[in-house]
Amino acid sequence: MLTRLANPTRFMRLADRLLPWLLASTVLAFAAGLVWGLGFAPPDYQQGETVRIMFVHVPAAWLAMFCYSFMAVASFVGLVWKHPLADVAAKAAAPIGAGFCLVSLVTGSLWGEPMWGTWWVWDARLTSMLVLFFLYVGYIALWSAIEEPERASRAAAILALVGAVNVPIVKFSVDWWSTLHQPSSVMRLDGPTIDASILWPLLVNAVAFQLYFITVLLWRMKAELIGRRIRALSLGLAAQEA
Amino acid sequence: MDAIRQFLAMGGYAAYIWPSFILTFAVVIGLAVVSWRRLKREEARLALLEQSRPGRRARSRTAA
Repeated sequence: MLTRLANPTRFMRLADRLLPWLLASTVLAFAAGLVWGLGFAPPDYQQGETVRIMFVHVPAAWLAMFCYSFMAVASFVGLVWKHPLADVAAKAAAPIGAGFCLVSLVTGSLWGEPMWGTWWVWDARLTSMLVLFFLYVGYIALWSAIEEPERASRAAAILALVGAVNVPIVKFSVDWWSTLHQPSSVMRLDGPTIDASILWPLLVNAVAFQLYFITVLLWRMKAELIGRRIRALSLGLAAQEA
Repeated sequence: MDAIRQFLAMGGYAAYIWPSFILTFAVVIGLAVVSWRRLKREEARLALLEQSRPGRRARSRTAA
């Protein structure tokens, strides 16, 4: 599969076939998640209506962590096997991950103030999530700071791989340290501990975020590939004229 | 009318809940629009470049 997709033209064709379906299911899933989360899910017995913030906060945080893991794997594949789409995928994913990392930080803060009585604490979960955001920013900055694409790609891949150590820290911070942030209530070995009436809309929103990620990632990858083709063609033209 | 007012009030937590959703969807829509417009711009640039570049066949004919 990965080898078949190594041909950018074949990848573009496949992306073009998938994109209309992806876009339609993203919009549908977002609409369902939004209506269910805001209108039909019951308020929490302790947190009241503020629990609705969870429907955007948790999927955004999951996506931020997933996206970074995706970038780390793509960077590894790019460095080791020189797969031609790997660094394109990692580069295209970074702004999406950064955006959702920011969303999870800000919505977490908006949830923290009424429930914890504070906008921010330097506990392990919040701090490691902030570090994740800085890693995203650093990764994006590195790509734009180095002009030569091959060197930029290698440097950014190394940063993505080194930074990947932070992903398990984010995930397990609530178990390893005593944090104000609550422990996991969905992704647990012994099953979710939250009620089905809240769990289902949360999962629908998580699916919507994931579909959105794939859709926007494919758009961005296509744009990047076309950009590279334009550069190659312009260089060819310049060489011909010279 | 009361039901709508009650819904918007979000049990007194409107000031926290609505900004959370507004920010999330601002990022969702913003990222999508920027990415889509960039794709369309690059597609247009490529089409322009390929138009201005003589095709391989045309070039070989000129050479002949």
